[in-house]
Amino acid sequence: MYSKAYKKLVALPPLLWVGLFLLVPYALMLAHSFWAVHDGMLVRQPDLHNYVTLFSKPVYAAVLVRTMRIAAAVTLCSLLLGYPLAYYLSFHAGAPKELLYQLVIVPLWVSYLVRGYAWKTILGSEGVLNGFFEYLHLTHEPVAFLLYSPFAVVVMLTHIYTPFVFLPVYAALEHIPRGLVEASEDLGAGAAQTFLRVILPLSIPGLLAGATFAFVLSLGDFLAPLLVGGASGTMIANVVQSLFGAAYDWPLGAAISVGLLIITVSLLFLSERLEKRWRY
Amino acid sequence: MSGHSRSRRGAPLLVYAALVFVFIYLPVIVLILYSFNRDGVGGFPPRHLTLAWYRQLFADAPLWDAVLNSLKVAAGSVALSLTLGLLAALALDRASFPGKALFRRLVLLPLILPGIITGLSLLMFLVFVGAQLSLFTVFLGHGTALISVATTELFAGLQKLDRAQEEASLDLGATPWQTFWRVTVPNLKLSLIAAGLLIFTLSMDEIAVTFFLTGRDNTLPLEIWGRLRRGITPEINAVSALILAVSVALIVIWHRVRTRGLGADAPELLERP
Repeated sequence: MYSKAYKKLVALPPLLWVGLFLLVPYALMLAHSFWAVHDGMLVRQPDLHNYVTLFSKPVYAAVLVRTMRIAAAVTLCSLLLGYPLAYYLSFHAGAPKELLYQLVIVPLWVSYLVRGYAWKTILGSEGVLNGFFEYLHLTHEPVAFLLYSPFAVVVMLTHIYTPFVFLPVYAALEHIPRGLVEASEDLGAGAAQTFLRVILPLSIPGLLAGATFAFVLSLGDFLAPLLVGGASGTMIANVVQSLFGAAYDWPLGAAISVGLLIITVSLLFLSERLEKRWRY
Repeated sequence: MSGHSRSRRGAPLLVYAALVFVFIYLPVIVLILYSFNRDGVGGFPPRHLTLAWYRQLFADAPLWDAVLNSLKVAAGSVALSLTLGLLAALALDRASFPGKALFRRLVLLPLILPGIITGLSLLMFLVFVGAQLSLFTVFLGHGTALISVATTELFAGLQKLDRAQEEASLDLGATPWQTFWRVTVPNLKLSLIAAGLLIFTLSMDEIAVTFFLTGRDNTLPLEIWGRLRRGITPEINAVSALILAVSVALIVIWHRVRTRGLGADAPELLERP
């Protein structure tokens, strides 16, 4: 029913805009990754030396491994917090379910910076937590490792991504036909067995989606390490950020970004495939 | 399966769920509490409660300049991303063109890519074309990245739209232009408001993309970010508490509007690209 002109008219502006301000910049990032900087000048002569540097200098691999470990820890912690919460809400919460659900998702949209700052004031050596410990006479000197450590980064990012994990898991759990759970119990399965053999497998797609979100978004985070991570909590995106700042080597920074982009997109692709396999 | 055994089984789970809620809300509560603390952002217990930090905050001119900058950027971003997002949603819903699947993924990419990648690639583009960094480039970044949010929200709205109404309008002699403004847009009103609120909130809070695209003028999050490096006072708690109050209010309104427009089982925003 829509005319050709209508279709052209609605498709063209966003196509042009997205092409110019998303596709071209991404392509430019790829191009930069093959260029070089000599004496503070950008040299547009393509070769692979940035990628050679990334693979030959162990420092980059080391930061990447640390980043992956932090992201994995965040994913695991978010799952350990978000999954049981979703399970409780979906199967046991009763009437206040809807309200509790809203309470979980409101922080999802609340300022990242505000929440990061809150953790900074809690975990600092003169922070709220150390003050609390001293008040209870548990410690006499501040516990230093709380802030400016990978631990702090994991705590802060877990706080941010737990609702991200909760959401798809909850949606998956809500879609499980309750008849299946009752059938399992009627046929003599215990609670644990019903959970492991009926509920858990049926919630795998939601779990995968949530875990992918938490992992991928943590992987590219550079603000949490700056805010609460300190030197020992530096992640791969911080390396990129310093290469684009004081270190002034955009091409090398672009090469790392391209690597990050490839890892992110492949993980998304992989998890989408896995989710499809588990979908019933 | 008796209700009794079910609730007994739920007891440890209830405690665990309560602890998770504590984890989610504790930082927020601490933040607000210490915004009234005379002696700084840490220590325990907070004592000498005062409104001094709020007074200081309201007299803090550079901070309010930053708020104004953020409001300008957010308003512009809402206008830009709603317009392009509506067109994109219409195209995805109704038109078929080569590369449609690719287009869909590309539009949604900023939703899932780390902000640093979106920010830096735009920075490289702006430097490449010789543009000056300013609030305008921040707006360009926000507006472009948030087309993803507008498109998902409005596409969901379009899916629920009754196309017979548009058909009737066209059959009765209205031009496509009239039909668009008098049938399509009014029917999407709630989705448009909901998407606008969400984009506004996200733009006001954005920091990862802004970080790389900002010129001399700071947005509110960047102003706060700058102050965090210079030593922190409860004034930052106070401004955070206000940001919190405003964003929670906007999100609650967003949720209400969205539920009215799309129904309770609207697909969640966080669908993968």
